[in-house]
Amino acid sequence: MSAVLETRDLTMRFGGVVAVDNVSFSLGERELRCLIGPNGAGKTSFFRCLTGRRDQGRTSGEVLIRGQDVARWRPHEIVQLGVGIKTQVPSLMNGLTVEENLWLAARRVHGYAGAGNVVQEVMAELHLGNLARRLAGELAHGQRQVAEIGVVIVQRPWLVLLDEPAAGMTGEEIDRLVNVIRRINQTAAVIVVDHDMAFVRMLASNVTVFHRGAILVEGTAQRVLDDPRVRDVYLGNRA
Amino acid sequence: MHWGWFIAFAAVLLLLPLVIDTHTPTVLLIWALFALSLGLMWGYAGLLSFGHSAYFGLGAYVYAIAAVNMGESTVPLMLAIVVPAAVAAVIGAMMFYGRISDVYMSVITLVVTLILFKFMNATAGDAYRIGDARLGGFNGMPGFPTLNVPGFPEISLFGTPTYYVCAVSLLLCYLLCRWILARSFGRVLVGIRENESRCAMMGYNVPALKTAIFTVCAAMAGLSGCLFANWAEIVTPSVFSLRQAAEVLIWVIVGGLGTLVGPMLGAAVLGMVKLLLGEQTTIDNALILGILLIVVVLAIPRGVVPAISAAWASWRRARPRGVGAGGARRRLGGAGAAGGAQGRG
Repeated sequence: MSAVLETRDLTMRFGGVVAVDNVSFSLGERELRCLIGPNGAGKTSFFRCLTGRRDQGRTSGEVLIRGQDVARWRPHEIVQLGVGIKTQVPSLMNGLTVEENLWLAARRVHGYAGAGNVVQEVMAELHLGNLARRLAGELAHGQRQVAEIGVVIVQRPWLVLLDEPAAGMTGEEIDRLVNVIRRINQTAAVIVVDHDMAFVRMLASNVTVFHRGAILVEGTAQRVLDDPRVRDVYLGNRA
Repeated sequence: MHWGWFIAFAAVLLLLPLVIDTHTPTVLLIWALFALSLGLMWGYAGLLSFGHSAYFGLGAYVYAIAAVNMGESTVPLMLAIVVPAAVAAVIGAMMFYGRISDVYMSVITLVVTLILFKFMNATAGDAYRIGDARLGGFNGMPGFPTLNVPGFPEISLFGTPTYYVCAVSLLLCYLLCRWILARSFGRVLVGIRENESRCAMMGYNVPALKTAIFTVCAAMAGLSGCLFANWAEIVTPSVFSLRQAAEVLIWVIVGGLGTLVGPMLGAAVLGMVKLLLGEQTTIDNALILGILLIVVVLAIPRGVVPAISAAWASWRRARPRGVGAGGARRRLGGAGAAGGAQGRG
């Protein structure tokens, strides 16, 4: 399986703190991968490196998306490659309606004329129809999560990066989200950062476990969850 | 867009010189244009430039300097648009690609205009000249050629013709703003105002778009500065002053952010108040304008025009069905789902 996304010796420092420590990672075409780890493991910092949102962090190493090193690129340049990004905290345009949020995302990719149809398709797919005219700022947290996923998939990306997409969702919404992610995965490689193990199990994907900024173990969900090292650093007695 | 209102307004502007003297209306139109340029940038793209007067002043000075050297007005008028735009493009690119925004941007833009204010005040004496044009320090630059018919320097456009130039400029700039806001560019600007980082993660080049609108608005401010120079027949460093910088902000806030009509209305009404107050010496103008600002912000925080729009919309909603034609205007336009993103005025 050829790599859609690859990092080589990726390191991110905030002053003396090493948030991402020499990580080499690879994601195959149409692969679904979950990144898990306890708080402070470096998942989100790693995610930020992938999405060009380095802020005050100093990075070294390579981030290759289909062979192009994007380690120094800005978020919009990475997105223009065909990458969809959903951040940890839902990031929407609060003063615009859900439909307008989706339309702005769709317009860049599908043009002025084509955006409307794609927006309607995605809203139907995510059951957002009844929220279409609501301002994004008025939505509940779970609804905002769904709306932001809509903003991502309306761009029809071939690589989707989702940071904690299930946070704040109800059980029913999570079930629906799992189906949505599987559908996205039919045409795109997907990385999901999350620490909800039930959600990760439902996705039944390959899993990469982060610990202290580095990759601790990788493999299928079951294999990783059975690994005693993972239990030690992350799952404890809860698994 | 309510074309009926636009045509009615244009007709009023056209016929006004038949009724009253054009001297005061001319400067009100100029200030309206200046406020419109800030209103577009601040109200729709969320870019608060505290020193927008820098481009107003640059337009005035560039026109005056070029007119003295060329002896006519056509090329100077163009330069008065192009030079502020170019300066804004450089400053804007430095700020926006340097990820400077919010209050830092406001401070930087204010500092730019205050530097220009200090500098122009210090240009007294023969040493400070560009070609034949002496900058004149705090006394400013009087006596430059005012607008003429293009290609005919001997046919001056002073007086009522200048009024018509200002009126047409304002109407054209208003149409330009509406055109920008109706395009994808304008809708993305609203998106940037709402959430810059989400816009970037939608793949939009936010620094480039912000630089572009900053440049367009500076060009409009430059044009208004040039027209102001023609109206006043003198350019002084006060065009860069803190008072000038603050006044336009007050006009926009009082008129209403997020609309195009609001800033123009605010400039015209408060400009008129300022001119009327200028005839008395009991109280400082700035004090009264400040009190007016506080009253408006407390009473109608969104400004006059949005408040009127909201009251109008609520009155229409309250009317029995079938009385009004069409009902409340839909927030979303037919052409694209983000039709409402262009704003509300």
